[in-house]
Amino acid sequence: MARPVDSSTRVPNDPAAGDAAGADTSAEQAARPWEVAAPGSATTRDALEQPRTRRRVTVSQLLADVPDDAVIVARRLSKAYGEFAAVSNLDLTIRAGEVFGLLGPNGAGKTTTVLMILGLTEPTRGVVRVLGLDPTREPLRVKRKVGYLPDNVGFYGGMTGRENLRYTAKLNGLARTAAEARIDELLAEVRLTDAADRKAETYSRGMRQRLGIADALVKNPSVLILDEPTIAIDPAGVEELLALLRRLVTERNLTVLLSSHILGQVQSLCDRVGFFSAGRLIAAGPLDELARGTDRTIQLEVGVEGPPAAIDPVAAALPGVRSVEPSPDNDRYRIVTATEDVAGPLVTALAAAGVPLVHLRRRGADLLDLYRRFVPEASDGRAR
Amino acid sequence: MAAPADTSRVSDARRSARRAEKAPSGGWRTIAGKELADHLESVRFVVLLIVIGIAAIVPMYFISTDISAAAPQVAGQPALFLVLFIGGSDQVGGVPMIALAALLVPLVGIAFGFDGINSERAQGTLSRLLAQPIHRDDVINGKFVAGIAVIALMLTALVVLVTALGIVRLGIIPSAEELARVVVWLLATVLYASFWLAFALLLSVVIRGPASAALVGFGTWFGLTLFGQFLLPLVANFLFPPTTTTLGQYAFASTQSAATFLRISPAVLYDDIVRAVMNPSTTSVLGFGNIGQAISDAERVQTSLLTLDQSILLVWPQIVVLTALTTAMFALAYVLFLRQEVRA
Repeated sequence: MARPVDSSTRVPNDPAAGDAAGADTSAEQAARPWEVAAPGSATTRDALEQPRTRRRVTVSQLLADVPDDAVIVARRLSKAYGEFAAVSNLDLTIRAGEVFGLLGPNGAGKTTTVLMILGLTEPTRGVVRVLGLDPTREPLRVKRKVGYLPDNVGFYGGMTGRENLRYTAKLNGLARTAAEARIDELLAEVRLTDAADRKAETYSRGMRQRLGIADALVKNPSVLILDEPTIAIDPAGVEELLALLRRLVTERNLTVLLSSHILGQVQSLCDRVGFFSAGRLIAAGPLDELARGTDRTIQLEVGVEGPPAAIDPVAAALPGVRSVEPSPDNDRYRIVTATEDVAGPLVTALAAAGVPLVHLRRRGADLLDLYRRFVPEASDGRAR
Repeated sequence: MAAPADTSRVSDARRSARRAEKAPSGGWRTIAGKELADHLESVRFVVLLIVIGIAAIVPMYFISTDISAAAPQVAGQPALFLVLFIGGSDQVGGVPMIALAALLVPLVGIAFGFDGINSERAQGTLSRLLAQPIHRDDVINGKFVAGIAVIALMLTALVVLVTALGIVRLGIIPSAEELARVVVWLLATVLYASFWLAFALLLSVVIRGPASAALVGFGTWFGLTLFGQFLLPLVANFLFPPTTTTLGQYAFASTQSAATFLRISPAVLYDDIVRAVMNPSTTSVLGFGNIGQAISDAERVQTSLLTLDQSILLVWPQIVVLTALTTAMFALAYVLFLRQEVRA
């Protein structure tokens, strides 16, 4: 059984040189290498199910619009497990130095996407490039540059934290003295120096997660992929972990892909977010841009002492306000929709009218609202 | 084809540089080293060492007492030293050391393999491990090599111990040929253990829970040990039903088909190898199921002893088949592991 990377020795290191995604060396594939189709039964099944007229695209066509500083690129990336489409037609571009948050409920395809980016799972269709490399064909080169904190990370319980990191360093082929210095530095950074020589089985969940981050950084990666980094940690631990991540990202100038189903975390860390639902990326972009929505209006949630009806005349009188409606979530609040940010004028006007303001929140700026807007399942209360 | 020589040298250099970048770590070696250290520190290593140690030393102790007591009669008998391994004293039910070894070696193989892959999965270390720049097969290769290494280490230590004790108790120095036979037996035993190790690794790939994998593994070992000799002929008769009608012909055909089947049973293959290697007077290993051979064996007067190379030649097919079975078993585990999803 040949190792997957061996095939790449024949093809020069040129992403556009006709290396179809899901590199296979079968004769049929070799005859039509430009087709973006994966090997094996999946292709056959696709061919049967999809109309014959499906447009065939070359890899270079797919990658034509990729910016020079793109670190992670996915085009029409799909993964099917039998009938079930875990990811379908994902288009994603993450640039150098960017922190990208992948948001979505459990089972939306976030982990599958991450595994395809790392080359740990072969895409059924489509193209992935990490630092210009195809993870399916050159997994080792990709994995050398990408640090990965898996969902539910585990360590060898019988070994100490330090020994676990040492093992990772060895697997990365680091020289011993350099590795020791690096491990010490990382342990200090994630504040595990005191616990470093305790067995990993005695670690708390938060400590394991921090050790996981140190583990991902041992190889000195330029890309960091974090899969649900804050899952099942207590709130104080989450805050600490986020502060650590924020510091690391700025200090080391990493490109980060972060997946989560908990919203607050992503909000504080990410430059851009993408919403995943049922294997599809529904929306992606900078947070405030997404918050504006398509109609470019701003919604304020306003609450006052006494009956909320007192808000209506005051708010409606302000310039730019389109409507004042009862809040669907809480009948003590009103939703003020305006074409510009009227928070300041509204506060002044309410004070002038003698109505004491007790609650003011910008809707849409919160990820919960975005989540509700973009992820249909979220509205039935499954999301936090 | 008109490329100048130095161009090809440059591309050669580039290719080797790229290869070096691709696989610098020799990942399986790192993994095997870590796994071996884990095995050596594990409780199961100590327990198995004690169990196998008792199984090796007790029969040896009694048989050496018997030999010393019968010294005048056995003096000058060829290959006396090997009797330490193949002789069974009445005080321990006539069970020789090699029989106990044949019984317990599968246990060792299973013990060092049943949680190879599934424990990594259960611990959540598999995805972290595979995210390192190593090939996926490095994981299973490293684990297989580490398992073989620990088994070889354990068995070698015990054989050296038994040999030393035997020399002390009997006061005879084994000949080079006798020592060579012991070494070949040791190698065959490691091979047989590797078969079970590969089987256990296969279970660890296929079965999610380490405990279930251990149960299935030990159950298979136990079942085959207890019922194997009854079960296998039954299966053989079912697969190759005897069609002849007369009783004699029926019996012959039935034992023939059973023998065909038994000939690919690793336990039988190992048994054949051991009998030929450890007993120079063994001139035939086709005894089971073959009536004609059995009769001629009984009638033959044992006159000659085989040399080691002749003994090995006698069971060469068995050695080849056992190696092939081990390889096939490991290949199955390997392929299934490579095709498995990381997050299963």
